[in-house]
Amino acid sequence: MAVLDAKSISIVFGGLKAVTNFDLKLEKGELVGLIGPNGAGKTTVFNMLTGVYNPTGGDILFNKAGEGAATKSIVGLKPFQITQLGIARTFQNIRLFKDLSVLDNVRIAFHFGVKYNALQGILRTPLFFKEEESITEKARDLLKIFNIHGKENELAKNLPYGEQRKLEIARALATNPKLLLLDEPAAGMNPQETHDLMHLISFIRDKFDLTILLIEHDMSLVMGICERIVVLDYGQTIAVGTPSQISKDPKVIKAYLGEGVETGA
Amino acid sequence: MKKNRFFNAITLTVTSASLYILLALLIFTGIIDEYNGQLLTLAGIYVIVSLSLNLITGFTGQLALGHAGFMAVGAYSTAIIIMRLNVPMIPAVFAGGLITAIFGLLIGIPTLRLRGDYLAITTLGFGEIIRVIMVNLEGLTGGAAGLKGVPPFSDSGDFILDAVIKFSWVYGFVIFTLVVVSNLIKSSPGRAIISIREDEIASNSMGINVPYYKMFSFTMSAFLAGIGGGLYAIYFGYLNPQMFGFLNSVNFVVIVVLGGMGSITGTILAGIGFTYIQEWLRIFKDFRLVIFGLALISVMLFWPKGLMGTNEISVVKLVRKYFFKNKNSDNSSSGSPASGESQSEGVR
Repeated sequence: MAVLDAKSISIVFGGLKAVTNFDLKLEKGELVGLIGPNGAGKTTVFNMLTGVYNPTGGDILFNKAGEGAATKSIVGLKPFQITQLGIARTFQNIRLFKDLSVLDNVRIAFHFGVKYNALQGILRTPLFFKEEESITEKARDLLKIFNIHGKENELAKNLPYGEQRKLEIARALATNPKLLLLDEPAAGMNPQETHDLMHLISFIRDKFDLTILLIEHDMSLVMGICERIVVLDYGQTIAVGTPSQISKDPKVIKAYLGEGVETGA
Repeated sequence: MKKNRFFNAITLTVTSASLYILLALLIFTGIIDEYNGQLLTLAGIYVIVSLSLNLITGFTGQLALGHAGFMAVGAYSTAIIIMRLNVPMIPAVFAGGLITAIFGLLIGIPTLRLRGDYLAITTLGFGEIIRVIMVNLEGLTGGAAGLKGVPPFSDSGDFILDAVIKFSWVYGFVIFTLVVVSNLIKSSPGRAIISIREDEIASNSMGINVPYYKMFSFTMSAFLAGIGGGLYAIYFGYLNPQMFGFLNSVNFVVIVVLGGMGSITGTILAGIGFTYIQEWLRIFKDFRLVIFGLALISVMLFWPKGLMGTNEISVVKLVRKYFFKNKNSDNSSSGSPASGESQSEGVR
């Protein structure tokens, strides 16, 4: 039932071993957190899973259906191919299409599923209008879920920070992923917004039948919603377990959490 | 939705047709004299090439500095096809465009991997290479002496009629280019292209095949520039590699930047304005270039986004506003600020 199976992937930049023998198996429908101190290699793992970097060792297997074992290797594929297979992501430093409208941001993510080609677009065939109507409607539905549908004509850069984060998730969902990678979704949000985001993340997981892997520094969020947590330090996995196991793990406390952490929710 | 679509199509057709009839009549009756008629026609050709450049530079975000080279390929191939193969004008112009598109594809494969200034320099280099090839292919292009005797749009002997016909052809092709570029931009592939300008990495991870769409946009741009070149050849009736030097490429970049990168209407306005200003400044002789340069610097200082930025003037919206006031439920009776209304309308 694995959706993703990363088998001891490593990457070396020059002489620096950024990530060493990282293993990760994601079961269908799981919500897993990836934590660790700054520079531990969390985003590098994301970049390897999404094809931005090619791992120098190991293999990444993906299984869109989520049934049986993951078999399709995605190592060597380009990011856009991996997205088309069903892995979508958001970015640590928000990467929206800033000067485009909120609606267009989402509609762009529908692009690879659109059935008409450029010529049919130029000639404005009936298929063009049909498809445009359908993706516009789907985009609006997504915006509604994130409660930003009232701002569909605003430029993405004019949204408040929290809504930009939400828009990025909405845009990632528009690619119809099976696996969603969220890179610090709560960064820059206030406690109330973080709290709402927690519910939203669990909600979309159920609604879109997703498997979610997220990087986050906000322990209330991580401990609150993740079913399993992987802890990275200096490119190596130092612990894997449930939130309560992780929060008591002496290695994790030493490397990352510090003494006297509260487990949040 | 369907009603809107119909309304838009009708409005745009009626507007472009009536603008054509108006201008053609003005040229025919001599109110726009022959000189200005010629200038307007030339401006049309500049608009076509600038629109093609805007597609790759303004919308795709890839700075290309070799469009005069593409124009040269289009111009020479159209002229040679007409003169040697006796092909009629319209198919010849399109064939010239296609040949240029193939050139664009070949040049794009190695260069589009590069970013920003590197791409600009390599396209500049390719533009120059094309020019030098044209000088050296003497048997085909006439070399540095030039290619004489490209048949004109019409040869009726009546100057005024010729001017009108010349204008009509170019106007037709301007509308063609306009429809292609604006329909492309407002479709899903067009949005994919714009997303590359906005953020290449994000675009890639939204499932968009970035190299493919860069290539597509570049080839399309070359195709349209080739069409502009073909018209240019027929317009002047004489071709010389000097007509397609680096400075000409820069002129098109200037038009696109002045009009606003990523604005179709901006390019049209700037293209026409540029052609006329260049002519008016001729009285200053050599100081023309100095004045022109100063004007450019001040525009960049005080108006860095160009005339229009990425905005457009929407004919449909204007028509709605002034001719169909009552049809919209919004009561725009008094002189309240209209801009806010048209935004809340949300019509395209």
